[in-house]
Amino acid sequence: MTVVIDGGLAEGEVNAIGISFGNSNSSIAYTTGEGKAEVIANEEGDRQIPSFLSYIEGEEYHGTQAKSQLVRNSNNTVAYFRDYLGQDLDSIDPTPCHASAHPQKHESTVAFSIQDTEPETQNVVTVSEITTRHIRRLASSASDFLGKKVNAAVISVPTNFSEAQREALTKASKAAGVDVLQMISEPTAAVLAYDARPEAEVKDKMIVVADLGGTRSDIAVIASRGGMYSILSTSHDYETAGAQLDQILVDHFAKEFMKKHKTDPRQNAKSLAKLKLEAEATKKALSLGGNASLSVESLADGVDFASTINRTRYELLAGKMFGAFTRLIEDAVKKADLDVLDIDEVILSGGTSHTPRISTNLQRLFPPSTRILSPSTLPTAIDPSSLSARGAAIQASLIQEFEKEDIEQSTHPMVTVTPHLRNAIGVLVVSEDVKKGLFTALVERETAVPCRRAGVFAVPREGGNVIIKVCEGIRDIKITKKEKAKTNGKADSDSDSDDDQEEEDEEVKEKVWKVGTVLAEAAIRDVKKGGKVEVTVNVGVDLGVQITAREVGGKGGVRGNLDKPRSTENGSA
Amino acid sequence: MAAVQVSLPLPVLPQGWSEEKDFKPIGQLSSATQRNIEPVGPHFLAHARRKRHHRTFSEDERIQAQENVKRVEDDDAGDISEPEDPLMLQRDAKDWKGQDHYAVLGLSKYRYKATESQIKRAHRKKVLRHHPDKKAAAGSSEDDSFFKCIQKATEILLDPVKRRQFDSVDEAAGVEPPSKKQAQKQGFFKSWSPVFEAEGRFSKDQPVPKLGDDNSTKEEVEEFYNFWYNFDSWRSFEYQDEDVPDDNENRDQKRHVERKNNNARKKKKTEDTARLRALVDTCMQGDERIKRFKKEQQAGKNKKRLEREAAEKKEKEDKIKAAEEQERLRKEAEEAAKAERAEGKKAKEAAKNAVKKNKRVLKGSVKDANYLVPAGEEAGAKRVDDVLNDVEAVMAKIEPEEMALLASKLNGLKVADEVGSIWGDEIKRLVDAGKIEDGDTKVLGK
Repeated sequence: MTVVIDGGLAEGEVNAIGISFGNSNSSIAYTTGEGKAEVIANEEGDRQIPSFLSYIEGEEYHGTQAKSQLVRNSNNTVAYFRDYLGQDLDSIDPTPCHASAHPQKHESTVAFSIQDTEPETQNVVTVSEITTRHIRRLASSASDFLGKKVNAAVISVPTNFSEAQREALTKASKAAGVDVLQMISEPTAAVLAYDARPEAEVKDKMIVVADLGGTRSDIAVIASRGGMYSILSTSHDYETAGAQLDQILVDHFAKEFMKKHKTDPRQNAKSLAKLKLEAEATKKALSLGGNASLSVESLADGVDFASTINRTRYELLAGKMFGAFTRLIEDAVKKADLDVLDIDEVILSGGTSHTPRISTNLQRLFPPSTRILSPSTLPTAIDPSSLSARGAAIQASLIQEFEKEDIEQSTHPMVTVTPHLRNAIGVLVVSEDVKKGLFTALVERETAVPCRRAGVFAVPREGGNVIIKVCEGIRDIKITKKEKAKTNGKADSDSDSDDDQEEEDEEVKEKVWKVGTVLAEAAIRDVKKGGKVEVTVNVGVDLGVQITAREVGGKGGVRGNLDKPRSTENGSA
Repeated sequence: MAAVQVSLPLPVLPQGWSEEKDFKPIGQLSSATQRNIEPVGPHFLAHARRKRHHRTFSEDERIQAQENVKRVEDDDAGDISEPEDPLMLQRDAKDWKGQDHYAVLGLSKYRYKATESQIKRAHRKKVLRHHPDKKAAAGSSEDDSFFKCIQKATEILLDPVKRRQFDSVDEAAGVEPPSKKQAQKQGFFKSWSPVFEAEGRFSKDQPVPKLGDDNSTKEEVEEFYNFWYNFDSWRSFEYQDEDVPDDNENRDQKRHVERKNNNARKKKKTEDTARLRALVDTCMQGDERIKRFKKEQQAGKNKKRLEREAAEKKEKEDKIKAAEEQERLRKEAEEAAKAERAEGKKAKEAAKNAVKKNKRVLKGSVKDANYLVPAGEEAGAKRVDDVLNDVEAVMAKIEPEEMALLASKLNGLKVADEVGSIWGDEIKRLVDAGKIEDGDTKVLGK
């Protein structure tokens, strides 16, 4: 079955890919010679490979084929096992496996009882073993595609993957002949996938990554500062995900079927499995088109069922669920002590992100200046399902030449744990008065030190002496209540007046800078008419600051140092 | 990173600003937060290279570094663990309307205050424990009724609309108003505050004003009661609806039940409003502050009244006094005038008498001088008449003082020449003074 290509790989040579190992779907990606990440399709042409394994008479089926076995061979089909890896039965939620092989206790881990060798023989297969088989299949697909044996990978995992889970995954992967070079978190992988595009420029921005998957949704708020990423907050939700959207469609079609035939297809496991599979396909179709059909042969009692649904109807049915997605994201932003106004970018990742309604809801939640990166709002957006695989592939290409120890040392907390600035640092323009001057940030908050930022400032029209006042800026959200003018006279409908009432208390939120501690003042004398002044702020690792200011094209300039604060406070644990 | 381009101008250097080397350090950076950088991407690798400088880190350092990091992942919250009531575990999911959803999820101490993420975490925790697969693993029967209860509870609590409906009728979250005895025993504020806090959950306007304490100002207390008398509640009673039969059964029956439900809801809502009013009434009756404010107000009013009365009295007295004073002054003036008049009369009389006397002297003088006829001659009647007329004419013109002077000059004189010369002088003086004409006198002064 598995074609192993041994050739073309010298001793010690590392050929690494990126793997996104999801609970519902996995994908694999590699990096082309030009450094571009590409997703690999498996033998069946799937880029989204369901994380399913199924066994019929000793034959192993993987991916889509395995998934379709949910109907007839559900007891020997293993699904949604990623989250069980490295856990014991007490700490797992077996709900997603309701329609497939059920997890059970096996020593200190979780296992499945399946007939994987021959019929009538129940074997207990641990989740690690399942994972090994899954990764082996993924690696072999990649090897087939690349023509070179894949022997290493960067795997993306959720941010709350515990040390035990990581260890178990490393072991399972190793058993499959794939060395885990590094495990990176899914949201960071998504950000990296966008940032590694050649047209991307390095900018300081605040990003929300919403990884909306099949069985869980994970939100992370990430500060991207000069190409380095720090996670400010995360939130995880196991009740708001693609499966719930499928369930809405299942319920809808089941009711429709019941109206005609008086049988509830949900009562029968087989019928339910059929309906679920079709509903998922219908949901995907609804993300692309305005209409989608669903047809199941012999759904229940031998009756065929076919029906259609349009997107409006679907959005109506799932409105509450969509609201839950929005709330979840809002919640994560709040958890990071930020406001929606602080967010520069929202990256939608994961299969559920294809849903157009979720993106439009987010457009409403965030200010217009926030870029929502999803296929329905931005034509140049990367396919959300493949984001973490691409990110992992890019990381793999970056580190595959490294020695193992090198990688370990680089990901060591001594390297990764870094002080992050609590407040922004910037320069006052227009007026040097703390109350009147406008604060212009040079270094944003949550920037990891050491860092260096520069800004080129204009001077008054006639030139002359200017003062550079460097201070800390504290971001403040200013709320002004905007009174909507009542539209009198138009007595045409009640709903109009209702709307007015709601809008009356409309609050306009604005992001403003409050000037905090003044750090230093510097003077540049006799700037030429129309000249410019360049200010560079250099923050050392001990929070000492070096400020340099000079006229662009001029000589000399001013340079000064600030002492480091007496003590650095540790983050509140 | 490219330099930021800022088009707004830098401020002009203030006059007199000078510093050595043109640089003046003032402050220091705020302390920093320790965070993990994601070990991902080319920029990180560059950072790692810079930071490592070929140093190797020990396990110990690793632990220390990790300890200081600000946590971004949630712990499995320990705050949502409550002992499970064995009776509750026996519940049948079909009877979900009667079940306390918060208790099922172990959130009974939070109730309406539980956040969405708390509910989600609580649900997860419960699922981890009660999933039927786990029971099967533990060897007990595959009874999943409590698991269904958990699912139902989560379904309701995670749906904002359904949750409100349940919260509306969640008796366990309410606080019974204290009886009078209780209120006395526990103290008014301590016993009533939780009642209003609990009732406040139904308010559409948040935050709800607090009952406050003995030191609350009158405005605060008034605002509090005003708020509660105009309470805008979202409480509704759909949750207690009778089940509406399925839509493919009898339509009339369905409508009937719906109507009944609607009426019941309305009735309950009215009752609830009345209940709340009664509650606020009772509270207000027992509120010592209201009594105090009334007393104070009364006292204030009385004080005002007394002040006013005193002022009035004073005014009256002042008026009377002023009138009396006036009267007195008037009387005094009158008396003075009277006295003056009397005096004047006397003087006048005296003057008159003097004038009379003087006149008599004058007349007498001419008579004594034998009407100024030369000695030895007899004065004819005409002569007497002329002389007396002249004397009369002079007397009519002359002032009393002059008359007195004249009289004093004439007094005792009997010799005609002497008297005649005095009269002559007198008439001449009078003529000179222009008081009489030269021809007015016929005899005297000739």
